[in-house]
Order: sequence, then structure tokens, then C-alpha cells
Amino acid sequence: MSVTSEPLALPSQPAKVTGERTGRRITTPWQAARRRFLRSRTGLIGAVVLLIVLGAAIFAARVAPYSPTRQDFRVQSQPPSAQHLMGTDEFGRDVFSRIIWGAQASLEAGATAASIALIVGLALGMVAAFYGGGADSVIMRCMDIILAFPYILLAIAVVAILGPGLLNAMIAIAIVYIPHYARVVRGAVLSVRSRDYVEAARALGAGDRRIMGQHVLPNTMAPIIVQTTLCVGTAIIDTAGLSFLGLGTQPPTPDWGNMLSAGRNYIIDAPWIATFPGLAILVTVLAFNLLGDALRDAFDPRLR
Amino acid sequence: MRNYILRRLTHTIPVLLGVATVVFLALRMIPGDPAIALVGDKASVAEVERIRQDLGLNQPLPVQYFEFLTHIATFQLGRSIRTGGDVSTELATNFAPTIELSIAALIIAVVVGLPAGILAAIRRHTGVEYVTMIVSLVGISMPVYWIGLMLIYWFGARAGWFPLSGAVSTTVDVPTVTHFYTIDSLLSGNFAAFADVLWHLVLPAIALSTITMAIVSRMSRSSMLEVLSSDYLTTARAKGLRENAVVVRHALKNALIPVVTVVGLQMGALLSGAVLTETVFGRVGVGRYVVTAITARDYPVVQGTVLIVAAFVVIINLVVDVLYAVLDPRIRYT
Repeated sequence: MSVTSEPLALPSQPAKVTGERTGRRITTPWQAARRRFLRSRTGLIGAVVLLIVLGAAIFAARVAPYSPTRQDFRVQSQPPSAQHLMGTDEFGRDVFSRIIWGAQASLEAGATAASIALIVGLALGMVAAFYGGGADSVIMRCMDIILAFPYILLAIAVVAILGPGLLNAMIAIAIVYIPHYARVVRGAVLSVRSRDYVEAARALGAGDRRIMGQHVLPNTMAPIIVQTTLCVGTAIIDTAGLSFLGLGTQPPTPDWGNMLSAGRNYIIDAPWIATFPGLAILVTVLAFNLLGDALRDAFDPRLR
Repeated sequence: MRNYILRRLTHTIPVLLGVATVVFLALRMIPGDPAIALVGDKASVAEVERIRQDLGLNQPLPVQYFEFLTHIATFQLGRSIRTGGDVSTELATNFAPTIELSIAALIIAVVVGLPAGILAAIRRHTGVEYVTMIVSLVGISMPVYWIGLMLIYWFGARAGWFPLSGAVSTTVDVPTVTHFYTIDSLLSGNFAAFADVLWHLVLPAIALSTITMAIVSRMSRSSMLEVLSSDYLTTARAKGLRENAVVVRHALKNALIPVVTVVGLQMGALLSGAVLTETVFGRVGVGRYVVTAITARDYPVVQGTVLIVAAFVVIINLVVDVLYAVLDPRIRYT
């Protein structure tokens, strides 16, 4: 079943509202949201920037002018020039090429961490809200416990157990984000759980799994999409933070976090080594935030 | 009010117990033998046995758990494997500068972010609002460790206005009393040392404050906008009050309520940011302490630090909630 093919009541709207009348056609809330999104200039800028970054990461081998790991000691710590757009690092490696290759690790880290958190948080939030009572109390108290830890310390503790590395850093950041998803999903599910169409499905004999999968989940998608967009951005900053501390991606594999960490030692004499990876993070995360804000406004214009 | 505080306390105790349980189980989740993981493969059998004894790993799990709870209730966090020192004492030395940095960042964030957000709400659809919103959006998109590096380069190295690293100049002597550099320098009556400590605090505090500042300005703007459109303000205006009086006497008080919560909840985020900021600026603090401990697989230090900092955040959240109830009586009855 296609999510967009049937009239959907978004969580913020009453169930009976199936769309806005534009001329003769009835527009579904998803179509209305898409139209509002396409009118948002900042949202589109965010989307275009993300497409460029994603394209650069996917086609890194073609886009990057130099190898990200090849050392050339004749051009150590050179400032930006026509040959090396963003200069070279302490080993003579091209910073621009390393940033393009680093986009792979950084985007992958952010997206994977957010996806793991999404899957686990979605399941926990849905079960908590749908069944309520004891299940709700136990799950949400566990989420409170995770939230009590300052995120970087919790991530550090997880990496201390699992050992440093990109995969473990992603798992650590995912664990930190699970409660955020669980809370958003729980709130969204609670708002649709007692809607008429859910009651109707139940009256027709639909089981819990069918109701959750076919009726509740599609109607809670809007806040989940917004949360995920914003989450990937912060996950990029946080996984890069772990790499910065030496707990994520290990050198010589480029990652925006470990590039910044290496650049730290040369910040006075060769500031470009640390400046450009940070700018890459800033531009990418800003794009995710612009996109997330625009999606939120598109799904629920009253929040604007 | 008393009932509310009691209810809130009963919520806090299971969370604190949960935090302790997670930290307790974490050590036992290390794949293989935790004792060998701690001292390394090359350690002698006697060495491994000593660690096992020290950590009580050779006892049944429930006994270990009970002992663990008894120890943390009396602040006995064990001994550091790396230095051999008492973790509680070492933590006290390292936690105070982190709290100091976090509070300094919080002050900057509120002093700048709050007026900016309020001004953005009052001057809607003007340059003031657009600039505030753009700056705050950029603010929440920047990694704190990168801002730190940029501040070091531009204002430390290039302009030479601030020191590049450290918490106090090597030539300045600050006697240790509370481990808070600002308080200790004031207690010693050495105002030159106090100025030196503040001078070292400026750049890291600004770096750490940016995200909180952005969040505070966004929150105070939206909170103010909501209050500005409420009926009682229309009444205030209708009875002839000047706009300034409407904003200051009526709107501000209610708009500040949600901001208090956000500011309080930022303490956890600030402590996280402080870990990274301290690494960038080479400052003594929990961040450097725990990161060094991880590289040395000094698990008692990691365990003790995570436990105490998390407990600190839980207690801060409790205080914020109670403060919230004092400010807004409606909260107590929900």
C-alpha cells in the first residue's frame, strides 16, 4: 500500500479532515504538504545542498582531484591554491579530496546512527503508546534513564565497552537518540490511537499488528520524517565529535571529525586543515536543519 | 507544593537507581573477562586476580550489585587503574572546572540569547528577527569543537587577545580550595589571578555557549510570540498601557516560564559540550579526565565519572522542575 495514495489525517489535524478543496479536486494532506514544501525557498536550498553533498560522496572517486590517502611530502601544509583548492595537510594530502571522501564516512555515520535510533525508537514508542499501562511506564522510564546521561558521556561509555571505531561510534550515537524518537512516536501514536478510523478497523476485526502497521504508522509519519531529518544532521556532528576524540573513524580513513582532530595540532600555522572540514560539517548540518524546518512547516503550517 | 515535590522525588529515585544499574551492568557487558580486558592480555595471572578482587568480580552478581550500590551511596568509586588514586577525589578535582565552564557558558547564552529572542518577537518581520533566526540556525548547526578551534585561531593566535589554551597562566598561582578556579582565586584575594582565570575562560565559554544561545533565542522568541497574541495582552493594551509596559510588565513574565525549563535542561547538553571544549582548549576537566581514562582502559574512572555526572544532571532536572512549579502554579495540579 502506498502511503501517499490514500487520504491521510496528519496527527495535527482532525481525522475527518481529508483534504483541502482547490477548485474541483480534493487535495490530500500529503499533497498539500508537498505543495507547501515546494514553496519554501529555504527548504529547497537545503535539499539542493544535500543532493550536492550526497552526489560528491557517491561519486567521490570521480569528483576528488587527488587520492585522499596519498602522501606527497613536497607539498606539506600548503595554503589553498589553484592546484589544491583547500590546501594540503601535514602529510601533503589534498584537503579538498579528503573532505569529499570524508563525506562518505560522515554521511554514512549520521544516516546509520539516525536509522538505528529510528527503528528501535519507533518500535518502543509505538508499543508504549499503543498498549499503555505497564509497558508504557517501563519503556518510558528506561528512556528517562538514557536521557539522564549527558549524550557524549553515554556515547563514550558505549565506545569504552565496544571499542573505538566508526561502527561502534554509530551504535553509541544511535543509543543516545533512541529516547528522542520513542518520545516523538509515542506522542504521535497517542494522538491517533483513539481516532474513529482506528476504532473502525478494530470493529472490523483487525489485529493489533495490522492496526499499528496499516492505520497508526502511516498517520504518524509526518513528525517522524521531520525528526529523522533533524536527527541525521545532529548525528553527523556527534559522530564526528567521537572521531574528533579519537573514538570514531580511525586514520588514515578520512572523516570530517578526525580531519578536524588532526588539524587541531596545526591550527596556528596551517589553519585551513581544520577550517574546511568544520565548514563541511556546518554546511551539511545547516542543510539538514533547513530541510527539517521546511518539512515541519509543510506538514503543520500552524507551527510556523 | 509539598505533594508535587514528593511526587517529583519519587520519579527521580527510580531514574537514579536505573542510572546506577546501567553503569553497573556496562562493566559486566565487556566481551570476555572484564578483568583481562582492563589489564590487557600480557598481564600476569596474579595481576588479573588482583583486579578481579578489587572490582569484586569473583562474587555472585546480586552480591556485586548490592556492594556497588553501598559503595556509591558513600561515594566510594574505587581506585584508578592508571594512577592508583581515589576516583572520588580525582573526580572532585576535575568536575569543578567543568561545572565552572558550563555555568560561564550558560550565563553568556542567556545574557545574549534571551534579549535577542525577545527582540526578534517584538520586532517581527524586521531585519532584527531575520538576523536572529539566521544566526541561531547557524549556531545549532556548528560543532562546538570547530567553533573552539576557530576562536583559538582568530582571537588567540591572529589577534592575540586571548590565551590559546589552559585554565590559568603558568606564572599565576591559584591555591586549591574548592577546585573552582574563579572562586579559589577570589578566596585568595588575588584579583590579578581572578582576572587571569576569567581571561582564560572567555573563549571556551563562548565556544560552548553557541548552541545553548541559539536554542534559548529560538525558544524565547516562540514563547514571546505566543504570549504576545494572548487575550490578556489585548486587554492590557485596550486599557491604554504603553507597549513597553505591556511587554515588560505583562508579557515577559509569562514568556520566561518555558525558557526556564529549556535553560535548566541545557545543563546536560552543556556538560557534553564541555567534554569536547576542554579537549580543544587543553583545560583540566571531566572531559580530558574521561577521554584519557578510555584510552588507558581505566574502567573505574569511566564508570565513576559517568555515574556522578549523570546523577548531577538528574538532580539539576529535579531542581528545574520544582522551580518551574514555583513559577507556574498550574504545573502543580497536572
